[in-house]
Amino acid sequence: MYRYSEFDTAFLAERNAQFRAQVERRIDGSLTEDEFKPLRLMNGLYLQLHAYMLRVAIPYGTLSSAQMRQLALLAEKWDKGYGHFTTRQNIQYNWPKLNDVPDMLDALAEVGMHAIQTSGNTIRNVTADHFAGAAADEVADPRPYAELLRQWSTDHPEFQFMPRKFKIAITGSENDRAVIKAHDIGLQLVERDGVLGARVIVGGGLGRTPMIGKELSEFVAFDDLLAYLEATVSVWNQIGRRDNKYKARIKITVHEHGIDAIRAKVNERFLQVRPQFKGADMNLLEEIKGHFAAPAFRDGSVASFEGAYTNDPVFRSWVDTNIAPHKNADHAIVTISIKKHGQTPGDATAEQMRVMADLAEEFAYDELRISHEQNVILPHVHKSDLPAIHAKLKEYELATANIGLISDIIACPGMDYCALATARSIPVAQEIATRFEDMKLEHDIGHLKIKISGCINACGHHHVGHIGILGLDRAGVENYQITLGGDATETAAVGDRTGPGFAYDEIVPAVERIVEAYLELRNRDEETFLETYRRIGMAPFKAVLYPEAQANAA
Amino acid sequence: MARAFSPKVVTANDLLEGDVIYQTEDDRWSRELSEAELITDEAHAQVRLLDASRQANKIVGAYLADAIAGNNGPEPTHFREDFRRTGPSNYAHGKQETSPQPRT
Repeated sequence: MYRYSEFDTAFLAERNAQFRAQVERRIDGSLTEDEFKPLRLMNGLYLQLHAYMLRVAIPYGTLSSAQMRQLALLAEKWDKGYGHFTTRQNIQYNWPKLNDVPDMLDALAEVGMHAIQTSGNTIRNVTADHFAGAAADEVADPRPYAELLRQWSTDHPEFQFMPRKFKIAITGSENDRAVIKAHDIGLQLVERDGVLGARVIVGGGLGRTPMIGKELSEFVAFDDLLAYLEATVSVWNQIGRRDNKYKARIKITVHEHGIDAIRAKVNERFLQVRPQFKGADMNLLEEIKGHFAAPAFRDGSVASFEGAYTNDPVFRSWVDTNIAPHKNADHAIVTISIKKHGQTPGDATAEQMRVMADLAEEFAYDELRISHEQNVILPHVHKSDLPAIHAKLKEYELATANIGLISDIIACPGMDYCALATARSIPVAQEIATRFEDMKLEHDIGHLKIKISGCINACGHHHVGHIGILGLDRAGVENYQITLGGDATETAAVGDRTGPGFAYDEIVPAVERIVEAYLELRNRDEETFLETYRRIGMAPFKAVLYPEAQANAA
Repeated sequence: MARAFSPKVVTANDLLEGDVIYQTEDDRWSRELSEAELITDEAHAQVRLLDASRQANKIVGAYLADAIAGNNGPEPTHFREDFRRTGPSNYAHGKQETSPQPRT
């Protein structure tokens, strides 16, 4: 875990004091809203439909138990007793009062957290594989580099007023759990001839113009990587479209100029920038690496785990669904579902946050992660502790065995909270989860990712959902478009639209028909929805979604 | 022929709490859409919006929202305004948990 240096602490204290004074000046009338808005956004404070919203960065999704407890405190003291974990590994508080926000930021600073650059046309919170440092399949832990990027990008003078926001994701594994191909820059750590570096993907993104990222460089050694990234952002900062908000993201720049032209410009700029990097970044990286040293994994018998696995079917089901392999064979990675059927995806109460913090402290080397899929992870757990963890989770409605299943839905806040939304997404997610739970079908259906966005900006990643749902406003009525075949992993793909959208009360039955068709058409139980879709294509699903059109054509 | 002006209310968010508020005929800010002034004249609507915009130390983001006359005062015509006057649908939070207080 990264521990703030004196510099970090002093920087944050100064920044928070500045914002406190800005809030005071807004309230006493010395600042207009037009003057204040960019200042509050720089500090993560939005105004949504019903209230302000404070978005707090959880850098690369990593939290200590003390940090998680502080998030619980904020929820209880200044909000309505809960927080919402987002697809960018942030937490959002939906009900803060303007004059409380400076106190909230000071409380966050006490545990080395902030809300800086969670908004605005800056480099946003750097996200990472939520299994980083624990996954059996990774080349190296990507978080030290992610922390270096956080320090480099925070208040970077050249990158405070860019054409648009800029998002970086990083993974240490070939198996992409960080959706790197849907980010402005995606980094995949690669080792070549004993040298650690990264494959650099550029120009991915969702939103109204979804694009899968393209390879800018197959390998840049760590020595050169920061200069290379600075060159990349710098090229876009110069030639990115400032005339049109919808064409301002780097994905459009790459699309318009072509990846080869962008690569040439980046290489040219890199040669200019490189001499300015004299190795201080690498010294810093070495120091940061020390903060992320793996814990001393404990030894011990796993017999109690095996006993519980054999004898307790509920525990077994949870292990089969929510546990992933750890690089240490006696350990496991636990994903805690904060998506009990019918609950709001990504919401956790203050009490649940404290329970998870306690579990992390007692059993998981004091570490937690937030996944972009809006769940909480205990990355390092000795298998013998799994039964105790499961028992505790059950008491607090945190033991739902649904990771990767149809009710493990990503949903943006949608029109229940968001000022940009064109339709609701939370109730759609709640209803889908409840419906399939009632039918007791979800384990039979198997691996199936539904992702829901309440507007075209695609915070809910609908384009890369196996089933994607996009809520729109069609002539003053909520309407939901469906896409099929999206994929958020290393084989990333944007889903295909099925056809006309569905009304609010038709969308859940439509999803049901898609799933029924899949169950009928899969060639064996193990063939996943995505595999079936890739094998048989859109037509059979269209037939069940739009039977009238089929009848007319016949 | 000019298009008929569709009736409006002036709505905004409270500066400190962020709560959705509506301008009343007697120049208060109410949390209840039903208490809002329903404006049927376009020129008057612009004047009332200007009145609102001058109160920057009380409110944020004033705009004109479509509404129609109902039995108990103005009613929304679009679902977005319906959510704004009610609160989120996943929890009984916001206007659904506190009894509305008139605001001055």
